[in-house]
Amino acid sequence: MTSTLPEPGAPLQHYVSTAPFDPMQFEQMSAGQTRYHKASQKRLMWWKFKRHRVAVASGIFLLLLYGMIIIAEFLAPYGLHSRNVDFIHAPPQGIHIFRDGKLVSPFVYGRSMSLDLNTLRRTYTDKPDDVQPIRFLCRGDAYNFWGMVPSNLHLVCPAVGGDMHLLGTDRLGRDVLSRIIYGARISLSIGLIGISISFVLGIVLGGLAGYHGGWFDLLVQRVIEVLQSLPSLPLWMALAAIMPVTWSPIVVYFGITIILGILDWTGLARAVRSKLLSLREEDYVLAAQLMGARSSRIIGRHLVPGFMSHLIATATISIPSMILGETALSFLGLGLRPPITSWGILLTEARSVSVIAFYPWLLFPMIPVVLVILAFNFLGDGLRDAADPYK
Amino acid sequence: MLRYIIWRIGVMVPTLLVISMLVFTIIQLPPGDFFQSQMAELRAAGETANLQDMEELRHEYGLDKPLPIQYIYWVGGMLHGDFGYSFEYQLPVSEVVGDRLWLTVLVSFTTILLTWLIAFPIGIYSATHQYSWSDYSLTFLGLLGIAIPNFMLALILMYFANVWFGVSVGHLMDQQYLSQPMSWAKARSILSHLWIPVIIVGTAGTAGMIRRLRANLLDEMQKQYVITARAKGLHPLRALIKYPLRMALNFFVADIGSILPSVISGAEITAIVLSLETTGPMLIKALQSQDMYLAGSFLMFLALLNVIGVLISDIALGFLDPRIRLQGRSTR
Repeated sequence: MTSTLPEPGAPLQHYVSTAPFDPMQFEQMSAGQTRYHKASQKRLMWWKFKRHRVAVASGIFLLLLYGMIIIAEFLAPYGLHSRNVDFIHAPPQGIHIFRDGKLVSPFVYGRSMSLDLNTLRRTYTDKPDDVQPIRFLCRGDAYNFWGMVPSNLHLVCPAVGGDMHLLGTDRLGRDVLSRIIYGARISLSIGLIGISISFVLGIVLGGLAGYHGGWFDLLVQRVIEVLQSLPSLPLWMALAAIMPVTWSPIVVYFGITIILGILDWTGLARAVRSKLLSLREEDYVLAAQLMGARSSRIIGRHLVPGFMSHLIATATISIPSMILGETALSFLGLGLRPPITSWGILLTEARSVSVIAFYPWLLFPMIPVVLVILAFNFLGDGLRDAADPYK
Repeated sequence: MLRYIIWRIGVMVPTLLVISMLVFTIIQLPPGDFFQSQMAELRAAGETANLQDMEELRHEYGLDKPLPIQYIYWVGGMLHGDFGYSFEYQLPVSEVVGDRLWLTVLVSFTTILLTWLIAFPIGIYSATHQYSWSDYSLTFLGLLGIAIPNFMLALILMYFANVWFGVSVGHLMDQQYLSQPMSWAKARSILSHLWIPVIIVGTAGTAGMIRRLRANLLDEMQKQYVITARAKGLHPLRALIKYPLRMALNFFVADIGSILPSVISGAEITAIVLSLETTGPMLIKALQSQDMYLAGSFLMFLALLNVIGVLISDIALGFLDPRIRLQGRSTR
């Protein structure tokens, strides 16, 4: 019986092909697959985010709005406090582009006011022969750009000597559209500043509690529990009520923002804490500790960036509650004070049922509020889905 | 189970204690006290105010004592039902408050019941018909409910109720019952007025709950055991009701802890707009006039309402889910 094995010491007999060999040839990947596998985390998130059409649209909408607040003075046809005493409680005017069946540049009709002496209601009627073409990139009400650079350039203005109130006027004859544009500056920035405060607080407190544990963790947890078991609005009201009347409106503005931020960090802190509790057991944390990194560095450099995208998504979803909170506080008269104008302040004009019955256009500031909150919600949903690109 | 309940109630005590400290700090934060601001008002009106009288009054109400002692008086009083004295109304707080507390409880809990009744079927429907048109439109409606501020909804509903039904919807009962003791006629009047605030307050909570229920149910329905059940030929409806729904029910009960604060907040502002006979309008007045014991009692009461709501939901959760009961701690 002969063995198939070679004699001890004899060379092995086997065949080796000299043709070039690509180990990947049995698992060929298409160009698209390669692109997907080689893409960075950020790119993956971006791809996933782009698939959420509504979120992308909301993001663009919000970017436009935030761009708008930078140049609010230029966009608003009137100044924030410009009064037009001839047009008090005037209803919105329509823009026309057809005249005698021909397409012309946009214009509004001049209006005449008549006062009903029995009901004291003003009625405005269009004067069909008084055509007031709208001017573009024109000189109008003077303003100080961001309170510094004096100018009077506007995107649109009424005809010289004419009036244009596309969303009507309020009880002092101030243009509602212009005030909405100015109000965006305050209402939108309050959400951002407030969320920054709560973001910092949430990461620092939640991070320390989750990373160190122990008594600090216990303390933070109790504080979170207490803050979450207090209904937010009454607490906001109480804190807003203690701001002295002597404070200037701008200080009140920062006070309100800080109140909104201070009471909002609990949700974020919870998320950070629970995430850190599991992440601190990872090997890379141990490695960093052994190399002598301080805990602030480990938290800030190694742990938090790992779930930053989640945090941003969470934060985006909680911005609307701040905007709504400011609106509610201002509506109740505990929030901002004129001359600072926010959407909540504008809505205080529409406080009673009779106002809604007679001057429904004073409710227009509600439309941007609703749109912005919807947009933040959609954007947050999209970000949350995108934050987990492998799911 | 009994041990769990006792433990859970025990946890409540330190929470309430900390809340009471917080509330006391808040009502003490404004500079001065009620008498000082009242005197400033009198001076501004050109009247001569007697400094001696004011000092006596302050002494009588213990306002000249150091803060920790005032705090102990306040908390000690609350423990045996003495909520302090309302300076503005010149009455003990418990008399000023009266029925308002119960009406707040009534509005809040009716709202939560309604929220459940609406959110439960819609949430299940949305989850089982994911990405259908009806799901999208229901989700959108829900978001709209979150996006419209409560007070605006209240105003608009008030207006339309006025135009369409010709009723004025302010207040929680007809005028003639306002100062009467509770009777059948009054109860009926309250019930007929209750629906408007309940709808207004309920919208945001309902919308939020639908979203969370949908997300939870969707997570649960992707799990292996559901696939196994379906693969073994279980009827889809049965496979839904028997397992994932039971799991989602846990969360449903636990969610009360997160919607209750928003319901109470919403109830407050809605009450202010509709001038309901609940705590809202009185709280804001008390806050503005520094009527500290009244405001403090209201804040304390709202927090208590919240804490008790969470307690009930935790206990119910303990009954539903043995894991929580046996672990001996809440996993809210």
